[in-house]
Amino acid sequence: MKDLFLIFKNLTRKPLRLFLTLFATFIAFMIFATLGSFQQALNAGIELSADDRLVSINKINFTQPLPISYVERIRAVDGVELVTHLNWFGGYFQEPRNQLGMFAVAPESFLQVYPEFLVTDDKREAWINNRQGLIAGEAIAKQYGWQEGQRIPINSNIFSKVDGSTVWDFDVVAIYTGEDAQTDTNSVYFHYEYFNKTQSFGGNNVGFVAIKSVDASQNEAVIEDIDSMFANSPAETETMPEKAFNKAFLDQIGNLGLILTSVVLAAFFVILIIVGNSMILSIRERTAEIGVMKTLGFGSGRIFRMVLAESLLLALIGGALGVLAANLLVAGINQAPIQLPTLVVNGTLWLQALVFMLGLGLITGIVPAVNALRLNIITALSRG
Amino acid sequence: MSEDLLYELRDVTKQFTKGKETISVFSGLNMAIERGDFLAIMGPSGSGKTTLLNMLGGVDQPTGGEVHFDGNRVDTLSESQLASWRANNIGFIFQFYNLMPMLNAQRNVELPLLLTKLNGKQRRQNVAAALELVSLSDRAKHMPKEMSGGQQQRVAIARALVSDPKLLLCDEPTGDLDRKTADEILNMLQLLNRDFAKTIVMVTHDPAAAKYAKRTLHLDKGEFVDRDMAA
Repeated sequence: MKDLFLIFKNLTRKPLRLFLTLFATFIAFMIFATLGSFQQALNAGIELSADDRLVSINKINFTQPLPISYVERIRAVDGVELVTHLNWFGGYFQEPRNQLGMFAVAPESFLQVYPEFLVTDDKREAWINNRQGLIAGEAIAKQYGWQEGQRIPINSNIFSKVDGSTVWDFDVVAIYTGEDAQTDTNSVYFHYEYFNKTQSFGGNNVGFVAIKSVDASQNEAVIEDIDSMFANSPAETETMPEKAFNKAFLDQIGNLGLILTSVVLAAFFVILIIVGNSMILSIRERTAEIGVMKTLGFGSGRIFRMVLAESLLLALIGGALGVLAANLLVAGINQAPIQLPTLVVNGTLWLQALVFMLGLGLITGIVPAVNALRLNIITALSRG
Repeated sequence: MSEDLLYELRDVTKQFTKGKETISVFSGLNMAIERGDFLAIMGPSGSGKTTLLNMLGGVDQPTGGEVHFDGNRVDTLSESQLASWRANNIGFIFQFYNLMPMLNAQRNVELPLLLTKLNGKQRRQNVAAALELVSLSDRAKHMPKEMSGGQQQRVAIARALVSDPKLLLCDEPTGDLDRKTADEILNMLQLLNRDFAKTIVMVTHDPAAAKYAKRTLHLDKGEFVDRDMAA
């Protein structure tokens, strides 16, 4: 029988209290890990952005188009390695509420600039050669049950065809995967050529130009060259690193990070009070027993460590169960038919959770542990 | 110091401060306990019995004077040294047993052995022997709440004995028991003293309990009143 056994026995002496305290900790860490994975997924667009990738948009704002002729002019700028262009299509599948993240692109250059979208070589060739072909991310394909080889109709809520129809027919040529678990696989990409030839207005324009520089160290010079090249033109550009572009896009929704952090902090504050109060009560009830242990010869330091270990164990068990539950929860969310970035409870989140568990255990345990350390034997026995 | 002398208090004083008032419990107390003694300490409430027992057990320190145990001074030890000294030398038996409610009899008895370097097997052997001595082998797995007061006190005796201390200190060991059970416990203490040469100091209010001891000291207002029996 070692100290751990005594700690375990003390922890489990009141099963209902143990359950409620563990449950409170469990809930707090489940919220932390779930919201943390959500925040990470939102930030993944920023974090996973390549350092050497730049984006040129219309200086007015990103909803205004740029002439497609800009693509070739940008390609000629020193320090530019690859260029492609993307155009928001405003697509939806069957019902307007089934919105798609869908872009008209130049397939060959698109896959070169965005190598994180993985398709096999033969599928890549098939897509390039099929003007009505599209590639869909595995998450969106799974959501709508699309299979490779299938022909699907997609509406646009922005564009219409020359014949007045808003429906485009596409062949699902490939389902692409992401090179990273958090790479976006909720999007759909199709031929700009098909789009440009069939749409009824605004031809020969693109939404934004994506640029891969020779090296990230040349980004600043490339940005300056591009923007000065189109200065004082009808469509001036604003070029920026992809990270900054994605961040600005996210910031339009609001400061999600602050909202999520506030929720997590509120949960932890409540748990701190509940668990701390429970620990103080638990040790106070054991005053006489601690007095007896000290009488038998257990040193004050050893008792201090045992009480602290008890609160740490409580936080670690409840916290670990909470993070494990969050794993299951995000797996369920990932399976649900909603368009969210892929949620992952990764090693970083586990590490952060571990730090919070240790912090929670120490904060809630320190007061009762110090009380136990200072407890006078005679006073303790007289309270028994 | 005689080789037979286990414990000696020399001119011990003890004072408490209560608000602005200083209360003197002992002012120059002398006492000697020989190995193999079974000493009962009696006296009215407030006479200093419990304070004396606490000092003998090293859970309270004198304000002045010297305390010698087995040839060594203990009144100068630090708190952590005293904890270790108690673990090695003193067995405590309390009025209300003070068993750990979440541990069964066996685990309660094992508690003092956690402070030793014995391995699990050795600890289990010692616990079994101690429980055998108090005739509770068949209750080893019982929780305190599943046992009578007498049985709980026997577990407490086994716990006090298990690390083979030089001195057993009993604070009203039969104060919470009926007469018949009290006699069983006192017979057990007497047996430990007689057959196992355990030195025992017992504080009690009960004259019938004191009769089981080899000698009795009467304490009143911090002084032994029966000088013949005091050292």
